[in-house]
Amino acid sequence: MKIRSMAAALAVTVVLPFAAANATDLEVTHWWTSGGEAAAVAEFAKAFDATGNKWVDGAIAGAGGTARPIMISRITGGDPMGATQFNHGRQAEELVEAGLMRDLTDVATRENWKEIIKPASLLDSCTFDGKIYCAPVNIHSWQWLWLSNAAFEKAGVAVPKNWDEFVAAAPALEKAGIVPLAVGGQPWQAAGAFDVLMVAIAGKDTFYKVFKDRDAEVAGGPDIARVFKAADDARRMSKGTNVQDWNQATNMVITGKAGGQIMGDWAQGEFALAGQVAGKDYTCLPGLGVNDIISTSGDAFYFPLLKDEEKSKAQEVLASTLLAPATQVAFNLKKGSLPVRGDVDLAAANDCMKKGLDILAKGNVIEAPDQMLSADSQKQKEDLFSEFFANPSMTPEDAQKRFADIIASAE
Amino acid sequence: MTGQAHTGRPSKLLRNLSSKIASIPMMLTAVVIFLGGTIWTVVYSFTNSKLLPRAKFVGLDQYERLWDAPRWIVSIQNLAIYGFFTLVFSLVMGFLLAALMDQKIRFENTFRTIFLYPFALSFIVTGLVWQWILNPEFGVQSVVRSLGWTSFTFDPLYNADIVIYGVLIAGLWQGTGLVMCLLLAGLRGIDEDIWKAARVDGIPMWKTYLFIVIPMMRPVFITTLVIIASGIVKVYDLVVAQTSGGPGIASEVPAKYVYDYMFQAQNLGQGFAASTMMLITVAIIIIPWAYLEFGGRKRG
Amino acid sequence: MAETVSLKPGAARVATAGTPGEPWGRKPRRTLSGRNIMLYGTLLVAALYYLLPLYVMVVTSMKGMPEIRLGNIFSPPVEVTFEPWAKAWATACTGLNCDGLSRGFWNSVRITVPSTLISILVASVNGYALANWKFKGADLFFTILIIGAFIPYQVMIYPIVIVLREMGIYGTLTGLIIVHTIFGMPILTLLFRNYFSSLPEELFKAARIDGAGFWQIYFRIMLPMSLPIFVVAMILQITGIWNDFLFGVVFTRPEYYPMTVQLNNIVNSVQGVKEYNVNMAATLLTGAVPLIVYFVSGRLFVRGIAAGAVKG
Repeated sequence: MKIRSMAAALAVTVVLPFAAANATDLEVTHWWTSGGEAAAVAEFAKAFDATGNKWVDGAIAGAGGTARPIMISRITGGDPMGATQFNHGRQAEELVEAGLMRDLTDVATRENWKEIIKPASLLDSCTFDGKIYCAPVNIHSWQWLWLSNAAFEKAGVAVPKNWDEFVAAAPALEKAGIVPLAVGGQPWQAAGAFDVLMVAIAGKDTFYKVFKDRDAEVAGGPDIARVFKAADDARRMSKGTNVQDWNQATNMVITGKAGGQIMGDWAQGEFALAGQVAGKDYTCLPGLGVNDIISTSGDAFYFPLLKDEEKSKAQEVLASTLLAPATQVAFNLKKGSLPVRGDVDLAAANDCMKKGLDILAKGNVIEAPDQMLSADSQKQKEDLFSEFFANPSMTPEDAQKRFADIIASAE
Repeated sequence: MTGQAHTGRPSKLLRNLSSKIASIPMMLTAVVIFLGGTIWTVVYSFTNSKLLPRAKFVGLDQYERLWDAPRWIVSIQNLAIYGFFTLVFSLVMGFLLAALMDQKIRFENTFRTIFLYPFALSFIVTGLVWQWILNPEFGVQSVVRSLGWTSFTFDPLYNADIVIYGVLIAGLWQGTGLVMCLLLAGLRGIDEDIWKAARVDGIPMWKTYLFIVIPMMRPVFITTLVIIASGIVKVYDLVVAQTSGGPGIASEVPAKYVYDYMFQAQNLGQGFAASTMMLITVAIIIIPWAYLEFGGRKRG
Repeated sequence: MAETVSLKPGAARVATAGTPGEPWGRKPRRTLSGRNIMLYGTLLVAALYYLLPLYVMVVTSMKGMPEIRLGNIFSPPVEVTFEPWAKAWATACTGLNCDGLSRGFWNSVRITVPSTLISILVASVNGYALANWKFKGADLFFTILIIGAFIPYQVMIYPIVIVLREMGIYGTLTGLIIVHTIFGMPILTLLFRNYFSSLPEELFKAARIDGAGFWQIYFRIMLPMSLPIFVVAMILQITGIWNDFLFGVVFTRPEYYPMTVQLNNIVNSVQGVKEYNVNMAATLLTGAVPLIVYFVSGRLFVRGIAAGAVKG
């Protein structure tokens, strides 16, 4: 333990010449509690401890529903933590407006975040009135189709190379007793799958028109109607999934009980944990094999405004530690996400991650709906799509009408 | 007779002073927290508060949206079904068990512990266990099928039409033990002479229960009713753990709507509007009843 | 103070303590064995329904993960292992802290004991005042309280955060105890009020004639007669407070986090493989304290009611 942290200390002091001399405890709240996630957080903690401060871990499982009210209550109750995770996007907007969060512009300018953070939209999501309030730490993308090679072999069809081939292969899979598409019962999975289908089928421009410009006409128009048609296919193919959690759905793909799953790149962690190899045991198709585009959202750390001067200094140290190249590499390898810096080398990345990095390098990126829509609109979408996927009697036309209404009232 | 001791007291305020002082915590809770908090909630339900409460008033917008939301309508229907059956079954089952336990049985301790223990577990756990037992792939259905009855189908949690009854099974499992316990305590409080008299008069046992004992247990029933009913209105964790409101939105409940919109959707105004509707419904039912029960009768 | 004395239907009951030596309860029925078969048969069937989930939990908690994936949930473990228990207690991780449930155990005790005691004490005094010393307006407060029992907790989080912040006790153990006292108050007060008003009025009157005051009667007469209701209140509170997760994390700081925070983190971890055996073991370990309390107090419960009245 001691040796490890000393090694880390050496590694970090190279990039952090101003490491604080006296130790300050800083409580950090987050909702990364699974094995892989905790290992990733440990990299942050190690790096921060190496600066001579102390990371006090405040992990609470269960993202939106459980952890967030706790964090918000602590901040508004006048007993804030030193730093806290939020999803990147608009979640912390109001805390910033209320003057409860700390301005990180100084650190960001000193460390040149504007140059090093790629894509720039990540930092834009942290910027309010020209000031920077959060430190993005990773990039997660949603636009992936994960396929079980074994399932297709059993069904006697070739592993599809895109969404249309996948839909065409569905009857063969069903005949072999395999659920073609695993979609877990948690509402965000259905909504996420729809967004992915939208990028693949309707394209980037339409995607932006709907979510960024909130154009209800487009949302109710023929392009999106095609997306709902595809969602209808997906609904039929997902019949019989019968699991709740996304990772249980991924597990169906791993065990060959399901043909495929539309899920973000965090699903990789599950394949890796099961000892599966990309290309051999499973196939990943970014952008559903149709459009090589990935969205870039992720996690970010926010720093509440503290009265204690020591702690405020430690916050600065933590912010720069999170973005240090060594920390970025160590953290993201464990987390299965992509680093926010374009200038670090991820040699250890697997095939799927490399595909993602390639797309990232080409700049084929879009903002995620999280960054464009309020949590409220996202929740309404979730309600709609979880109902749509579970209720075969709801027609695509009805669903589209409700979708257009949500977009029309979005803010 | 006892009143005479106080007739000489000068001030009305000082009458019963100890009692008033002792009730200060109750008064503060009632006024500051429950009344104050409720008024606060109602006021902010007319705003478009998002993550933090802010006084930007938007009239009835939140309520219009609420009643347009299919999920809210489903939630209300589910609560009605769940509430009705929970009330009926937990009272009937609880009373039957209590009556059986009151027959001077052997192993009473063991039985009581068996019936009561589920109450010691949190709803999260109850939901998880019943989710398993009702899971068609490895729960009851698969066991019955493996016994040879291959067409047997029992998958309440995956059938949108009956999912709420799946939740009900788990809710009853957890809650009836306490109801039994409370009613048993009530039965034990019935004077033995009543039973003797009934026996002497040759009144059948069921009649004694129905027409003599149950009416005498009125206070206990009221306590039990309030406990059950408040649990029904607040049901949240169980649904989250067992079905997450699914399949689709088929097992959503109002408290979950409130919570999800307050914290996941970060739309406090919408959550407050939903909770105001819940409160109004509760108040419409309770206030007249509470007035009759607690306030209308002059004592002494 | 005639107006304070209640004349409820139940008030006519004679104290069980007042009839020493008499057989108590229904007359034992040993005549018809068919009746007994019905009686015990029904109880046994009911007991099965209640025990089944416990059986599933215990069995699962002693299986290894491979066996859980294969077998059905009702089959007994082929290879009994206690590893899930050890893991749940001592090594399961919550973020970076890998010391399992043991981390929160004492915090849960530190929260539950004072919260239970204080909430019961406050509520019993409320109930006593409402039943025996009613003052003008008391019913209004009480009605508000009862309606309060129907408010979803989550709605009250923000107002209470504000109140505690203004009192300067946000994030302290004191604040949490107050919160538990507040939310336990409606039902406990109702419970005590009903109980005290069903106690024989003569006792209260006699004490008043002897010149006993509010507190004297409470401590000397009411308390000693109220063991059963205190046990019921204790069961409610210990269960509620021990299993509480939301208030425990919202109103305190990490050094006070109760055991349920770890339980939540073990059971609700969204990512990674679900270790059902560890989940079940963690569940049983967390539930152990209320379970033991039930087991012990269940006896007290009966003894309390039967005090001096039952001799076999």
